[in-house]
Amino acid sequence: MTDIPWLTLAIALPALGALGVALTPVERAEQAKRAAFAVSVAVLALLGVMAARFDTSAAGLQFEEVHPWIPRFGVSYAVGVDGIALLLILMSAALVPLVILAAWRENDDAPDRGKGYFALILALEAMIVGVFAATDVFLFYVFFEAMLIPVYFMIGRYGRGEQRRRAAITFLLYSLAGGLLMLVAVIGVYVYGGTFLWSDLVSGGALAELDPTVLRWLFLGFFIAFAIKAPMWPLHSWLPTAAGSSRPGTAVLLVGVLDKVGTYGMLRYCLELFPSAAAWFVWPAVALSLVSIVYGAILAIGQSDMLRLIAFTSVSHFGFITLGIFAMTTQGHSGAALYMVNHGFATGALFLIVGFLIARRDSSLIADYQGVQKAAPVLAGTFLVAGLAGLSLPGLAPFVSEFLVFIGAYMFNPVPAVIAAVGVVLAALYILWMYQRTMTGPLPERLSGLADLDRRELGAIAPLVALIILFGVYPQPMLDAVEPSVQRTMEQLDATDPAPAVGGTGPTAGGQEGASE
Amino acid sequence: MISATQAAPGAALAAPVITDSPPAIDYWLLAPMLVVFAAGVLAVLAEAFVPRPRRRPVQLLLALGGVLAAFVLTLAQAFTLPEGEAGTTLALGAVAVDRPALFLQGTILVLAFISLLLIAERHGGEDAFAAQAAAVPGSEEEREHVLAGSEHTEVYPLVLFAVLGMLLFPAANDFLTLFVALEVMSLPLYLLCGIARRRRLFSQEAAVKYFLLGAFSSAFFLFGIALVYGYAGSVNFARVDEAVQAGGAEIFQGGNGEPLLLLGIGLVAVGLLFKVGAVPFHNWKPDVYQGAPTPITALMASCTLVAAFGALLRVFFTAFGGSVESWRPMLWVVAILTMVVAAIVAVTQRDIKRLLAYSSVVHAGFVLTAVVAADSAGLAGAMFYLAAYGFTTIGAFAVVTLVRTHENGAEAGDLEQWAGLGRTSPVLAGALSLFLLAFAGIPLTSGFIGKFAVFEAALAAGAAPLVVVGVLSSAVTAFFYVRIIVLMYFSEPAEKGGPRVVPAGLLTGSVISIGVAATFLLGVYPTPVLDHLIPAPGGGTDAEVAATADGFTR
Repeated sequence: MTDIPWLTLAIALPALGALGVALTPVERAEQAKRAAFAVSVAVLALLGVMAARFDTSAAGLQFEEVHPWIPRFGVSYAVGVDGIALLLILMSAALVPLVILAAWRENDDAPDRGKGYFALILALEAMIVGVFAATDVFLFYVFFEAMLIPVYFMIGRYGRGEQRRRAAITFLLYSLAGGLLMLVAVIGVYVYGGTFLWSDLVSGGALAELDPTVLRWLFLGFFIAFAIKAPMWPLHSWLPTAAGSSRPGTAVLLVGVLDKVGTYGMLRYCLELFPSAAAWFVWPAVALSLVSIVYGAILAIGQSDMLRLIAFTSVSHFGFITLGIFAMTTQGHSGAALYMVNHGFATGALFLIVGFLIARRDSSLIADYQGVQKAAPVLAGTFLVAGLAGLSLPGLAPFVSEFLVFIGAYMFNPVPAVIAAVGVVLAALYILWMYQRTMTGPLPERLSGLADLDRRELGAIAPLVALIILFGVYPQPMLDAVEPSVQRTMEQLDATDPAPAVGGTGPTAGGQEGASE
Repeated sequence: MISATQAAPGAALAAPVITDSPPAIDYWLLAPMLVVFAAGVLAVLAEAFVPRPRRRPVQLLLALGGVLAAFVLTLAQAFTLPEGEAGTTLALGAVAVDRPALFLQGTILVLAFISLLLIAERHGGEDAFAAQAAAVPGSEEEREHVLAGSEHTEVYPLVLFAVLGMLLFPAANDFLTLFVALEVMSLPLYLLCGIARRRRLFSQEAAVKYFLLGAFSSAFFLFGIALVYGYAGSVNFARVDEAVQAGGAEIFQGGNGEPLLLLGIGLVAVGLLFKVGAVPFHNWKPDVYQGAPTPITALMASCTLVAAFGALLRVFFTAFGGSVESWRPMLWVVAILTMVVAAIVAVTQRDIKRLLAYSSVVHAGFVLTAVVAADSAGLAGAMFYLAAYGFTTIGAFAVVTLVRTHENGAEAGDLEQWAGLGRTSPVLAGALSLFLLAFAGIPLTSGFIGKFAVFEAALAAGAAPLVVVGVLSSAVTAFFYVRIIVLMYFSEPAEKGGPRVVPAGLLTGSVISIGVAATFLLGVYPTPVLDHLIPAPGGGTDAEVAATADGFTR
């Protein structure tokens, strides 16, 4: 399509930036940070130009690059994006400069004055672009696993509190265990499918003709890894610990972006590579999603730490996303894809604002704050908007996606949709109650000097709030981008969908027929 | 080969034919081994005739030059090996020259060269070896020797002889040559293990343990050879293979020789698995790795492992290739035990060298999964894994030589003493972190590609449960590798101000740099090695078909 290797540039630029920042002497940490910010903005600009050239009417992959890498194992360096991947990459690229801006002073007292943290952020950005853009299963796996290392250091070395080492190890071991199971499945895909190229695997018949039992095992290998990443109940327990011990900037990238790799993987790999096995697993996956929705919400209500609270709300939100994915309807998939993006913005905003509070009073405990809105009205105001986005208030971006997920789920089967609705009610409870306890009420003496947002902080949060409102009112561009990919997935699912073999899948087939019309 | 099935056993029994003409030996193909041997002999003479002050440079020159020359010769042979042919055997079929042998020998020579750099390194004028090994530890005599600055330059000829054994071990094409190679390789190593400069009693204890256990395993091995000879009527791998295909030598025409073969395979396997360090024959490894001078540990952990696996692969693929169904279940059990037991025991280790020893046992288990595959993909995977692991492990032990308990102190074995290394020496800690991540199999390191290669071979051969056990024990091993990284980076240095780091000299520095470069390059772009050095897999996963297309000559 074009001679400019956009995606490779978008991977290489932050990677080189990370190297440059890491090699800058400590005395020039301030310049290094500025350079990091400039690089992240440049990446966003680069991807913005690329997105403008994206053809929203085409269903296939665009900006494809395929080069042989390890021919012995059939591995290629293959990147390309469809609408969903493009949106997620753009969302990540938009969040990174804001995180850098918000985290400017976070690690000033570290021996390297925070420049190592910024180098890690850029390294992570390179891998995030890579993981979403990879169209070779092996390459995807490489980025998927390599991503853990920067995050591990971001939590363990630059995190907060006494628990951070334990949190970093828990995070790494959980993810590694899941990743290694996926490695077995990745090898299995190659052994049985004969190639690693995603587009060949999807269009070719090698995988589809396999024994269903083998397919189900392969599906499970991918699914467990993604369920840990997403995270889904009962594999979620690393997330609140990790988020609670992170700097808020890390938490934004961890929850807002990295965990999306899990849901993206389910959509891209679990469903499209193993459509028949996915159909077989619909009900277990839906059930786990529902448990995640309700369980995450209930636990969020009980949290006393804001970072942990937001992490638990995310467990609930990821339940909605997986529900949308496994409802296997067009609306469900569109909703899930949009949800991934919107959740990144809304949760990102919440984490950043909590980060501003931490920067002021060095605490993320709800009990340490009260009446903040009197001292810092702008901070409280943005917090309210972000919070309302978190509970999917109509007019704000997440509403559109949640609504679509509900339609999709209802078409699939009304019962899960009704149960999921409980999550919406609970969401209002945990968000508003947190807001009430921290922002409203009389301002205690110890918080009287609390400063409002300064210009840097405003610069970090204002774009997010603007995006939340923009996509709440006008979600059409995102829907247009997602539409062809969703159609393709649906065709893929129907094309190889076996006749309902198990009693429980009767409604599944019904739902899919409804969707494909 | 088909016609030989009837003729060979009889011919083999009547082998000693008396002729006037000596057997023709292709000295060109034997040259790498002969060069190392000659260097070793010259080094012994140098020890006798060169004046003491000039010995070290002369020995260094001989050792490094010999290994380098052998490597160049190996390369030359690899390039002149005719395309499309497996290779050839020489010296009456005693030694095989084929692609796997050349690749493994080349790997051993490179790794031995790097280890020699580490062996030659001196910190503050002291190398890693006792000033006078014959002096009683702690005695006045020892003190005198230390003050006089004595050193054991015999180390270099010993290493050269060990390397000679290692070169012969994976190339040996009959059981007697194999046994000779095993002993040539092991005897110098027993000695080298016992002459550490510090903690000498510990080192001597390690040497005694290694020697006793090694002698036991050699006895098993020899007995196994005797049984196999009884079954097949020959010690030559090709003859044994024919006998196995035919159901035994002529006297066993009814197929009633099977128990003899199975016992023979079992006992030979004991000897080989001992050298590899697979559970349940792994107990020597932690003690020996910990007690031996660290540069020697690096030599053993890399070169010996490559050589031992090379021999194991050749024996099981060529000599016992026909009875793959009878030894595969045994290796299944050994591989699973090795991966699981070693990974779990390693978690409790507090000493860095013991930990690396157990880690080496786990990695042996990973390579065994490729042996279980018993096809050309398995062979290729195992060879790549060994090469990748060798570079990484030498690098890791090189780092160990630099971290000391206090100024001029012994190496800091206890992991607690490593706390805060990431703050005091970020570069060194970074290098070790890369090695540990490679051990853990994180992508973009050589360890990942290696793991992928062996697991891919095993899965393609239908050993899915083995692969699942493999990845789960990988996850367990990741725990203790990561714990070291945590200690180095996230922990505060201990009261006394944390570990003391000896500045890396030129030699150790280059060892670590080579380790880092190899670990990274083989992880990011392994294609040159995979495509050009390792024989391409023949078609099919069927052991019968693939066994003839794996690159081994017969």
